[in-house]
Amino acid sequence: MKVELLKLAHARSGDKGDTANIGLIALKEDYYPILVREVTAEKVKEHFGKIVKGDVERFELPNLASLNFLLHESLGGGGTLSLMTDAQGKTFSTALLRMEVEISDQEAENIKTS
Amino acid sequence: MKEKVRVAGGQGFWGDMLTAPIDQVRKGPIDYLMLDYLAEVTMSIMQKQRSRRPEAGYARDFISLMHEILPDCVENDIKVLSNAGGVNVEGCAVEIRKVAKELGLGGQVKIGMITGDDIMLRLDDFLNDGVEINNMDTGEPLSAIRDKVQSANVYLGAEPLVDALGRGAQILVGGRLTDTGLTLAPLMHEFGWTFDNWDQVATGTIAGHIIECGGQCSGGNCQYDWQTIPNLAEIGFPIIEAYPDGDFVVTKHENTGGRVNIQSVKEQLLYEMGDPHEYITPDVVADFTTINLAEDGENRVRVSGIKGKKNTEFYKVSISYSAGWKSVGTLVYSYPDAYEKAQAADKILRRRMKNLGLEFDLVLTEYVGVNSTHGHLSGEPPKDIPEVQLRIGVRGPNKDDVTRFTKEIAPLILTGPPAVTGFAGGRPKVEEIIAYFPALIPKNLIMTKVEILEA
Repeated sequence: MKVELLKLAHARSGDKGDTANIGLIALKEDYYPILVREVTAEKVKEHFGKIVKGDVERFELPNLASLNFLLHESLGGGGTLSLMTDAQGKTFSTALLRMEVEISDQEAENIKTS
Repeated sequence: MKEKVRVAGGQGFWGDMLTAPIDQVRKGPIDYLMLDYLAEVTMSIMQKQRSRRPEAGYARDFISLMHEILPDCVENDIKVLSNAGGVNVEGCAVEIRKVAKELGLGGQVKIGMITGDDIMLRLDDFLNDGVEINNMDTGEPLSAIRDKVQSANVYLGAEPLVDALGRGAQILVGGRLTDTGLTLAPLMHEFGWTFDNWDQVATGTIAGHIIECGGQCSGGNCQYDWQTIPNLAEIGFPIIEAYPDGDFVVTKHENTGGRVNIQSVKEQLLYEMGDPHEYITPDVVADFTTINLAEDGENRVRVSGIKGKKNTEFYKVSISYSAGWKSVGTLVYSYPDAYEKAQAADKILRRRMKNLGLEFDLVLTEYVGVNSTHGHLSGEPPKDIPEVQLRIGVRGPNKDDVTRFTKEIAPLILTGPPAVTGFAGGRPKVEEIIAYFPALIPKNLIMTKVEILEA
């Protein structure tokens, strides 16, 4: 079944020039393997579509049950060059949490009971 | 050696809560207060202020703060580390000395001045000597933007701060000091850590990363369970309680608002993160994948296990340069057909700008309430959406064209779609765009200087 990432993770995002970063943190340690399996760089790139003009990179931090994503060329030039409301990428975190991921029935059951 | 050292974060950026550093000093015990005043854009603003007034060019907020808390700092032996000096460290230090004397604290305060970060006046020498300064993102050489440069500063690490602390400085000011160094330096000084023990240097650096954004690690901007975070109105800013063996606890004063827990610390750890294996500062290359977090009581998170690697041979340089002009205008359209009206107004405005022959590098339209944060991911808005803000921005090299654009917003009220408001602020302002040119420079070309000023 499909579930919104919001049910599995929290997140914070920020900027470095024209690159947005999103730290995606599993709500419970058990959910981390689902994030690793489902939230790949390719899927994040696809989710954001035309918002991200460059590549998406992913880094794993198992010690924090977290993933870090770099979304290159996604802030309209970045810094003071950008005309965007969210020139610093502060709301990219919640934009990622909209993404739907596929989980097994067993995983769904665990999420419901935990 | 002290058994533990408490470093408090008091300011996450220039413009942060003015009461936060005062609360840090008065609401409980601390040993050090670190204050970060500089964003990239700040240096160019300060450079401009100084070009108009030679005695300006630093964060005035810091002087007002000193007025308020210097007596507390002297009484309780609290040391203050800050990059408030901007592009005029000496001017800032002299002003602090004046404050100390006015407060009757003459002879009791040593001010540490750290300079050498400002390389604005050395750029041409570097270029003439054949030093390669290239944009580390694009590879573009400095010569391409040399005539538009407004400020150039090297990010300095903790070493000069440790030197100043060793010479008895109580109030330390510098220019472009890294925010992490402001937390690392007190730990190096107090615990006798050395700059070749990379795990220790990484530990102090990551402690700095956690508190450098102030309230953002103690409940502010925290997504996890945000509705239940208590009393953000009186949020307690973060405090690092560090131990000589390398563990530290993130906490805040008792009886303050906000929350410090594993989730709030994780969110801050990942903020503005690049490759977590290589968090590069002038002091160390820290590895965020080695961090262990554990709950240590209410509003306490214990951090341990941090590893680091040898620092690099380069300093990062932040060069700001003028890159054209921009302006953003807004109008609010109401029900019915709020979104359609805003879209119609956008079309009319674009047609008028075309008729006027205005030229821009970019015209960006966003609809606040519809798509200004999540873009197309928000989907189509409901048909009966109560209101929509049209937000249109332009940027380009020609200031006259940008200025002309600002005069086309208000006319839309009487000559465009109906039921429009939100123009009370008058014409939007025209802003100069300051862009950044990040580069690397060999450390051996930079000479940092530490001076002590007696108040």
